[in-house]
Amino acid sequence: MSAQTISPPVPGESLGGGRGGSGFGGLLRAEWTKFRSVRGWLIGMLLAAILTIFLGVFAAGNAQIGCQLNGGPVKTGKACLPYVPHGPGGEVVTDSFAFARQPLTGNGTLTARVTSLTGKHANLTGGRAQVGNGPDLVPGVVSWAKAGIIIKQSTKQGSAYAAVMATGGNGVRMQYNYTGDTAGPAGAVSAAHPRWLRLTRSGNTITGYDSADGTHWTPVGTVVLAGLPSTVQVGLFATSPGYTVTQNSFGGDSNEGGPAQATGVFDHVSLAGGAPGGRWTGAAVGNGGPVGAGPPGPAGAAGAAGTGGEPGSALFTQAGGTYTLTGSGDIAPVTPGDDGIGLPTVTIEQTLVGVFLGLILIVVVAAMFFSTEYRRGLIRTTLAATPRRGAVLAAKAFVIGAVAFVTGLVATAISIAVGLPKLENQGQVLLTAPVLTEVRVIVGTAAMVAVAAVLAVSLGAILRRSAAAITVAVLIVVMPFLLAGLNVLPAGAGDWLLRLTPAAGLAIEQSIPRYGQVSTVTSAVHGYYPISPYAGFGVLCLWAAAALALALVMLRRRDA
Amino acid sequence: MSAAVHTQPTAAMAAETARGTRLRLALHAEWTKLRTVSGPAWLLLGVVVLTVAVSAAAVGATHCPQHLTCPVDTTKLSLTGVQFGQAVVAILAVLMVSNEYSSGLMRVTLVAMPGRLTVLAAKALLLAALVLAAGAVAVFGAVLAGHLILPGHGFTAARGFHPVWLSYGPTLRAASGSVLYLTLIALVSLGVSALVRDSAVSIGVALGVLYLFPIVLAFIGNAHWQHRLERWTPTVAGQTIMDTTGLRSLAITPWGGLGVLALWAAAALLGGGLVFRFRDA
Repeated sequence: MSAQTISPPVPGESLGGGRGGSGFGGLLRAEWTKFRSVRGWLIGMLLAAILTIFLGVFAAGNAQIGCQLNGGPVKTGKACLPYVPHGPGGEVVTDSFAFARQPLTGNGTLTARVTSLTGKHANLTGGRAQVGNGPDLVPGVVSWAKAGIIIKQSTKQGSAYAAVMATGGNGVRMQYNYTGDTAGPAGAVSAAHPRWLRLTRSGNTITGYDSADGTHWTPVGTVVLAGLPSTVQVGLFATSPGYTVTQNSFGGDSNEGGPAQATGVFDHVSLAGGAPGGRWTGAAVGNGGPVGAGPPGPAGAAGAAGTGGEPGSALFTQAGGTYTLTGSGDIAPVTPGDDGIGLPTVTIEQTLVGVFLGLILIVVVAAMFFSTEYRRGLIRTTLAATPRRGAVLAAKAFVIGAVAFVTGLVATAISIAVGLPKLENQGQVLLTAPVLTEVRVIVGTAAMVAVAAVLAVSLGAILRRSAAAITVAVLIVVMPFLLAGLNVLPAGAGDWLLRLTPAAGLAIEQSIPRYGQVSTVTSAVHGYYPISPYAGFGVLCLWAAAALALALVMLRRRDA
Repeated sequence: MSAAVHTQPTAAMAAETARGTRLRLALHAEWTKLRTVSGPAWLLLGVVVLTVAVSAAAVGATHCPQHLTCPVDTTKLSLTGVQFGQAVVAILAVLMVSNEYSSGLMRVTLVAMPGRLTVLAAKALLLAALVLAAGAVAVFGAVLAGHLILPGHGFTAARGFHPVWLSYGPTLRAASGSVLYLTLIALVSLGVSALVRDSAVSIGVALGVLYLFPIVLAFIGNAHWQHRLERWTPTVAGQTIMDTTGLRSLAITPWGGLGVLALWAAAALLGGGLVFRFRDA
């Protein structure tokens, strides 16, 4: 501790004054002097930043996976990555479905009636499913299985689209550009309760309608697809995301999954404004054919209609006015822990694993920042110089919070800047995020570290013992993540831990939002928190505020 | 400090018995130091309560519905509380050394007993005995919670789940191994605090050792590094002692994993002992 802070005030100088100025400014200056004059604390903060970066970059550089395709040589890293489509918004998407299409030039209206949406999925009751093993499929429709009509920029994966569809368990939806999802009427499709669907293109504006009888139409939604070319592909589609059973689960271990396919039956199909005599051509977009149909042709959408796959499942058949489409895959954003593209995914925040180490170090320094004053008796000098105890606490919290914020900011920014290029070389699909989200992840993580430091300094004031304060802080900030994320606790209990404990603040790192139209498992390790980023950060702030308030009460009541 | 410690050894005292006597006296002194403050007793109680409570909560929150297969290691699930209990064990161990430094008692201790390795050995022995006892109670409580609760939640013998009880060999091994695990964690933490001296830094290091490796492991996809971490890090390797299913897929055998933790404990004690021996107090 520097002599400067503990020297008694010179007569004639106001209390808390001196060169630092009077009032709170002087107090801040005093606390900053205390902090910077202890070499161990400075080293601790420096170590926190260095180790955070080192660990994050190390983990990013060793996230490599190996793969072996069709008995070929074992490959690693980027060579494992197939083509990954990106949607119009820049996000990684899955875009695979069975498509019966024809071109439409200019404006037009596509109408169809869906009379049936059925499906088959892997049989998971008898143990793990064998992916691609056709005869293992049992009847059953996945809740986000889709059959409907679509207007799409082109057959290229990831191109812009708008669609209105019946789903297996979520009623009629209008979806567009992978992330957009608007709910229409609920209820399943059957021969007794068919759904009429309609899409109208007018320039770049596409409106989706739903009807129960084909005469009374209700708009479901209107979207504007910027930059839609004059000629687009329109038609019928069917697809089904994989079938997953999330058991009373322990991390990823019991999330069993297997392939699924959906079969949609359409009639009363009409296209107003199309070319005269236009014919519907069946094709798979991506791997969108029936399960087991094999990879698409080189064009990405040229899978031959009606070949391969499970016996009895043709991609597209037409009998009179009835059209039957069978497809698998999804038209949706790829989310962490989602099997949509059948590849391991990584998110940008996976370069931030080092934050856990940095957090522990910063918590240690923060807790000591208050508790050592008790050990050395300095607290009596501090309080003699500034009898306003609340102001002392506030100054300490402010100084340690600011130092932690700067340390965290430098560490996360460098971790992401250095780690991301490494992650991209690992053969996993990097789920890119918009720049603003990246900024939120970096600044938010630094803020999270700062608030955790304030929590720790308050605990130091409450408990007065470094060891106890540090243990409590680490247990409530880091431990819940460990329990919830690493197959220790069942998912439900783990989710609540990550919502209610200060570990909720880690949610600020989540870069990929949770999409309602994608069934996904919540796994914190995959970058999925059961609480929204800002709400989670708010929970941490509440904890810090409560700890500060308790510290203030205890400081005022107790003798120093 | 009892007065007996200060009595000068008489010339009649044989050299070979002196060492044993010194250790006995040191043990007595350490025991007096521990039992005359309330902290250690509360911490030992904390080990038991936290371990049993978290284990009971974990098994209470777990169900296996009729139509699903549940890949759950019921014994390991019942021992979830050890994840928390070990933190309290670490505090107890760290405070045994660092509290003496922060209060200045260490100088008194070393004046009374200049044989520094004897002092550290006495601390380690006493700590091990206490954690063995508290750990046995805690682990027994945790296993009892699993034994009582899990069958009612669908984890029955009829569905192929082994009983969570000490009569089942692997569970007995996991339970007794967990007690040893807690003891070894205590010794690692003791060695760390002898190295570091400061309580805050020691507890930070100890908690980092406990909780950081499993988190890092989760983020590393490289199979070689995963294998290395699973085999050689103290907590990940040590906790394989709790596994009773899927033993073939482990990177190291349960007893081998506990052995790795024992190596870490030995290294920490050795490092701590050397520094303690040659550094000014």
